[in-house]
Amino acid sequence: MAGTAWRSAILNLLKQWGLSLYGKDKIKAQEVSQVVGALKKESLQPRTFTRGIHTVTLIPGDGIGPEISTAVMKIFEVAKAPIQWEERNVTAIQGPGGKWMIPPDAKESMDRNKIGLKGPLKTPIAAGHPSMNLLLRKTFDLYANVRPCASIEGYQTPYTDVNLVTIRENTEGEYSGIEHVIVDGVVQSIKLITEQASQRIAEYAFEYAKNNQRASVTAVHKANIMRMSDGLFLRTCREAAEKHKDVKFNEMYLDTVCLNMVQDPSQFDVLVMPNLYGDILSDLCAGLIGGLGVTPSGNIGANGVAIFESVHGTAPDIAGKDMANPTALLLSAVMMLRHMGLHGHAQKIETACFDVIRDKKALTKDLGGNSKCSEFTDAICQRVRELV
Amino acid sequence: MSTRAPTLFGPTNVPALSSRSCRSACVFLSSLHTVTLIPGDGIGPELAKHVCELFRFCCVPVDFEVVDVDSSMASEDDIDDAIMAIRRNGVALKGNIETNHNLPPSYKSRNNLLRTTLDLYANVMHCQSLPGVRTRHRKIDIMIVRENTEGEYSSLEHENVPGVVECLKIITKTKSLRIADYAFQTARAKGRRLVTAVHKANIMKLGDGLFLECCKEVASGYPEISFESMIVDNTTMQLVSRPQQFDVMVMPNLYGNVVSNVCAGLVGGPGLVPGANYGENYAVFETGTRNTGKSIANSNTANPTAMLLASCLLLDHLKLHDYASMIRRAVLSTLTETKLHTADLGGQGSTSEVLQRVMNAVQSTGPRTLSM
Repeated sequence: MAGTAWRSAILNLLKQWGLSLYGKDKIKAQEVSQVVGALKKESLQPRTFTRGIHTVTLIPGDGIGPEISTAVMKIFEVAKAPIQWEERNVTAIQGPGGKWMIPPDAKESMDRNKIGLKGPLKTPIAAGHPSMNLLLRKTFDLYANVRPCASIEGYQTPYTDVNLVTIRENTEGEYSGIEHVIVDGVVQSIKLITEQASQRIAEYAFEYAKNNQRASVTAVHKANIMRMSDGLFLRTCREAAEKHKDVKFNEMYLDTVCLNMVQDPSQFDVLVMPNLYGDILSDLCAGLIGGLGVTPSGNIGANGVAIFESVHGTAPDIAGKDMANPTALLLSAVMMLRHMGLHGHAQKIETACFDVIRDKKALTKDLGGNSKCSEFTDAICQRVRELV
Repeated sequence: MSTRAPTLFGPTNVPALSSRSCRSACVFLSSLHTVTLIPGDGIGPELAKHVCELFRFCCVPVDFEVVDVDSSMASEDDIDDAIMAIRRNGVALKGNIETNHNLPPSYKSRNNLLRTTLDLYANVMHCQSLPGVRTRHRKIDIMIVRENTEGEYSSLEHENVPGVVECLKIITKTKSLRIADYAFQTARAKGRRLVTAVHKANIMKLGDGLFLECCKEVASGYPEISFESMIVDNTTMQLVSRPQQFDVMVMPNLYGNVVSNVCAGLVGGPGLVPGANYGENYAVFETGTRNTGKSIANSNTANPTAMLLASCLLLDHLKLHDYASMIRRAVLSTLTETKLHTADLGGQGSTSEVLQRVMNAVQSTGPRTLSM
């Protein structure tokens, strides 16, 4: 059903039960719309929906991962978010046939819960297995990487008006990993673009724009040089645009986007692009708002799986010293709450976090302050209590 | 073809460019250089005209051989003619030729064809904070050396199965060594201290791994210059937060495209930065970010700075350093006059006003000019 049909159906139901939109029952119209929006998303109803509590797989990660995960869990508890955490470890193990995979209990947990929150994972050099992030991506077919970048009031950067989202195709493109040495001294790397993957990411971009009240989607490409590959990507984006006429669509060359992004980032809204351009642009945008320490990120997979993560490193030099900044993981967790339709809790936690950063009284070292991670977390918890 | 001397005040009358030469009035000078001029599309033709006008005014001993390239034609005759002219003259000044990316893949980018046929392997862009231009970051001085002929721009694509396209990125040891050597030689010649190689070798282990290895090999031969490497996504993040940390940067083709556009944006935009493409035997000069500027063509609002500074690079290449310095000084002093800033710099000035001011500035420094 279309959104308006759902909304009227729900309103009728409420009327039948004698509940009105106004007056003492105080059910607000926008809450109905939010429920409708949430219902439309396939991943909303997790399998474990017992007594209104959502179970989420938590992967604390390495280095500062455990301490920032603890911080996030504490804040969620104070905010009374209906989340139950199921902690899992994802060290690569070798399965039958020598194929590297994630531990089966982690896979089972994710498949059951559908929603995950992940801290930074260390990429071992010469461990003989691919990076954990790559394994997770392949296991759950995480095809879309979504990074909303919005300027944080209180954390000053030269760019104050950033409010965009980068949606990056995460499974193919230049990162297909297919390389050959043709003759000694000549290497060929293959960039793979398929219609199926391009269709999937383009569809997702427009769905995201609709569900999050974004006005336009821009496809980023280099079809003047890579005529066939980026041409295919562009064509599928145009086809998806035809099906979603309520969202504006335009196309822009990668170099023009880069040029304009550093001069006036406010002109961009949702950007959709293949893997490599997405990697570069999403990090560029993270740099505009203050770096990876404050940028949230989400990965959407097939079958309703979604894993939200902090994209910074494990920072082994400050691990265990109560110096880490949990903002990135916290904002990713907020993104997760929104994805699940828990907009009220998401707003509360996000506001508390931004308020504490704006106040500048309890900032961690990377944000320019002197406080410990626990002090920063406590300040946010205090603010959450005030906001309830 | 009539040639009227430009007047100091009032409109300047420029005869139309034809495919025959646009002769300098100072034809009596013995060392006359012939330079191929490809106007291109969009704002290219008007900017090319302004360069001609300025050169004539300053009595620069350069004779432009204009070669038009019609980008709407399917045949490659036009671009072949242009390439032949550049082979003949050795040096060119070029506007960007539009590529309609909705045409089938058999129609190749004319700009790319020119670069690869003439083996212009090094694209050099010098991005510096300019006086009079307000930007978010100050004191930027980055020299970008970008491999210009291989990498992702090899134009080798095929669709073996419908709906599955493969695009080949080629990295060779020869070209990687060549560009790395060019970067280090440039750094040494200009007294620069640090070369940063930009790559994605953690993902493209063989391709970018080879590029990085070549850079390290070349670096060992230049002990006085520090060498470091940085992954391209981290590079863009660093560029928007602390661009002052970079000195000379060397990278393969596509990352060069991204990094040069980011740097151009940081110092004030596409209207300000000139670019140069060097090969073993040829050199082609153009605006750094290679924009066609279709939307502002023929509106007298384009910023001529990038093209004028590119023409100064051309003059330096021809060893006409006095003329180069004179024009460069005049262009940079004009940039400090905020009320003349064109739309891309947030002002309302027109191209012709900027040009007139440049000519005034040249006149006031005292050398012989046409109006004397």
